[in-house]
Amino acid sequence: MRILVCVKRVPAPGARINVTADGQAVDAAHLGFTTSPHEECALEEAVQITERLGGEVTVMTLGPAAAEEQLRYAASVGAHRFVLVPITEVDWDPQRTAAALADAIGDLEAADGPFDLVLFGNESADAGGFQVGVRVAHALGRPIVNGIKGIDVGGDPEAQSSETGDVPEGQVAARREIDGGFEVYRVPMPAVLGVKEGINLPRYPTMKGRLASKKAEVAVDERTAEAGGQGRVRLHRPEEQVSETVILGTGPEAAPAVVDLLEELGVFQ
Amino acid sequence: MSLLVVCEHDRGALSDASLEALTFGRPLAAAAGLELAAVVIGEGAEAAAAGLGDHGAATVHVASHPILTDFGPEAWGEVVAQLVRTTGATAVLACGTERGNEVVAQVAARLDQPFVANCRSVEPGTDGWSMTRVQWGGSLLEDATLVADVHLVTVAHHAVEATPADAPGAGTVAAFTPDLDDTLARTVVADRVVLTQGITLSTAPVVVGGGRGVGSAEAFAPLEELAAELGGVVGCSRAVTNNGWRPHSDQVGQTGTRIAPEIYIASGISGAIQHWVGAMAAKNILAINTDAEANMVTRAGHAVIGDLHQVVPAITEEVRRRRNS
Ligand SMILES: Cc1cc2nc3c(=O)[nH]c(=O)nc-3n(C[C@H](O)[C@H](O)[C@H](O)COP(=O)(O)OP(=O)(O)OC[C@H]3O[C@@H](n4cnc5c(N)ncnc54)[C@H](O)[C@@H]3O)c2cc1C
Ligand SMILES: Nc1ncnc2c1ncn2[C@@H]1O[C@H](COP(=O)(O)O)[C@@H](O)[C@H]1O
Repeated sequence: MRILVCVKRVPAPGARINVTADGQAVDAAHLGFTTSPHEECALEEAVQITERLGGEVTVMTLGPAAAEEQLRYAASVGAHRFVLVPITEVDWDPQRTAAALADAIGDLEAADGPFDLVLFGNESADAGGFQVGVRVAHALGRPIVNGIKGIDVGGDPEAQSSETGDVPEGQVAARREIDGGFEVYRVPMPAVLGVKEGINLPRYPTMKGRLASKKAEVAVDERTAEAGGQGRVRLHRPEEQVSETVILGTGPEAAPAVVDLLEELGVFQ
Repeated sequence: MSLLVVCEHDRGALSDASLEALTFGRPLAAAAGLELAAVVIGEGAEAAAAGLGDHGAATVHVASHPILTDFGPEAWGEVVAQLVRTTGATAVLACGTERGNEVVAQVAARLDQPFVANCRSVEPGTDGWSMTRVQWGGSLLEDATLVADVHLVTVAHHAVEATPADAPGAGTVAAFTPDLDDTLARTVVADRVVLTQGITLSTAPVVVGGGRGVGSAEAFAPLEELAAELGGVVGCSRAVTNNGWRPHSDQVGQTGTRIAPEIYIASGISGAIQHWVGAMAAKNILAINTDAEANMVTRAGHAVIGDLHQVVPAITEEVRRRRNS
């Protein structure tokens, strides 16, 4: 199995998100960075599949040079190859991002053959455009389904769950949650899937993984692409209603006051 | 020229989200000087089309084709793209649900047009549209511009309340037979599995939330007890799911579930913005935290300062005492 995962470097804000003075970006001055959660799960899924079936996981990101950190993190949890598509702007719009990623993937495939699976997150944590994966899949001429919380690759004995039944070789069964259950898609590979957090529990890097990640080679693949039709004017925080917090008490002695409140709200009769 | 609203239905049952999109689309179409049209796709579409006139649609395109048995993102996207080409629609709108965003992204890829997801407000203009859209799951807003031949947008789910039109549209049904390649059936829903569920996190009247402060999977038992006593369910933070203490289906927040209970009892949760966006629709919030400065405490309407391991069982006990007296 050859699997490619596209991940995005995003800031990890705490209690509130601050915006830079020019309104163009999240003020990351005192923040760490992380991989978007859905993509972290996509990566874990890819690593698990290749652990069972053999093969290789390639991780690609389009971002600042510092996004190498997210690629090294991917190395520390078991990915094999790493591609950085560097940009100098804060972010690229979704059309431009997708065009660059599709080109970069196309060149990797021209050299080493097609990826059986290309995995995206359902949406990026910051921009949340809900489209880069769909655009890339379309450019590659491949099927894509988003919102995936279960992947069973044909020929993987461990992945055959009772819910999806037998999956023939060359196919992937993908589960998506809907109200009151889930729906199953049976998609021929090569395929593209948009993965959601909850599909698995991503592992923490081991010490050995961390050491190995320092030596991982990151290929830098410069791309140009035309800007798309979506432009950013400014970012801003939504208005927050400030409420005075009523302190009902300290410790277990507060219990009667809490239950008074529950009675008042009618949730306890 | 028209604004085409993609209406979701499930085997003929129209979704409320679609009515939100029509409600949002009415003033938008008027401001842009466009006719409001709707499209419903696949088996059961006929049934779903009825009543769209009441929500303002002048024309309702009903698309049918042998491969359109159930939902399929590629097939639905292709249908809408073809309808845009044949009707000359200059704008497409859907509700920003999982399906809505996915279908419009498909349309965007097929027409090679920009797509702005999850807008709160949209203002059409002659040299570009402007909008405010949601980022970071709602923690941040972005003022954006859209320059396109065909304007593709979704409206953030729950940004407007669905209401019927003051002046109903004609709702004239127009059959549409798209020209679909059979390969598009590859992403049409193949099976469905129905799980029986009681009250769920998103609909529960009471949610008892636990965060890292709970400390272990076992230590959630008292939270379960309190939730059961109040006819509610347990929710949790990402710190908890990351530790493997609870399943992800219990997670509240940006990458978890949005809750809207009568009261959210958030214990041992610091109130990071990504958690807060999932909890802020709760009508009341009671924070239980050892740290009086924690964001969950300062943002909540009510709080108890103290160790949740003592406070939560004490509340359960008090509930039982009053119930038995
Ligand atoms: C892109 C992105 C998406 C994310 N999505 C989500 C999401 O969907 N949901 C989510 O929850 N998080 C999400 N997060 C993670 C989020 O940023 C926080 O890391 C997380 O919510 C913290 O969980 P916590 O409050 O349980 O833990 P902590 O922040 O560690 O807080 C623990 C709290 O417990 C209190 N405490 C400790 N002991 C006790 C005790 N005995 N009694 C009472 N109080 C006690 C402490 O004072 C503290 O306030 C996301 C992060 C990113 C970057
Ligand atoms: N800059 C990027 N680099 C790599 N992958 C990206 C980038 N932006 C978006 N993606 C991928 O596309 C998915 C959807 O992004 P979006 O359309 O922004 O919601 C994300 O979950 C990522 O997997």
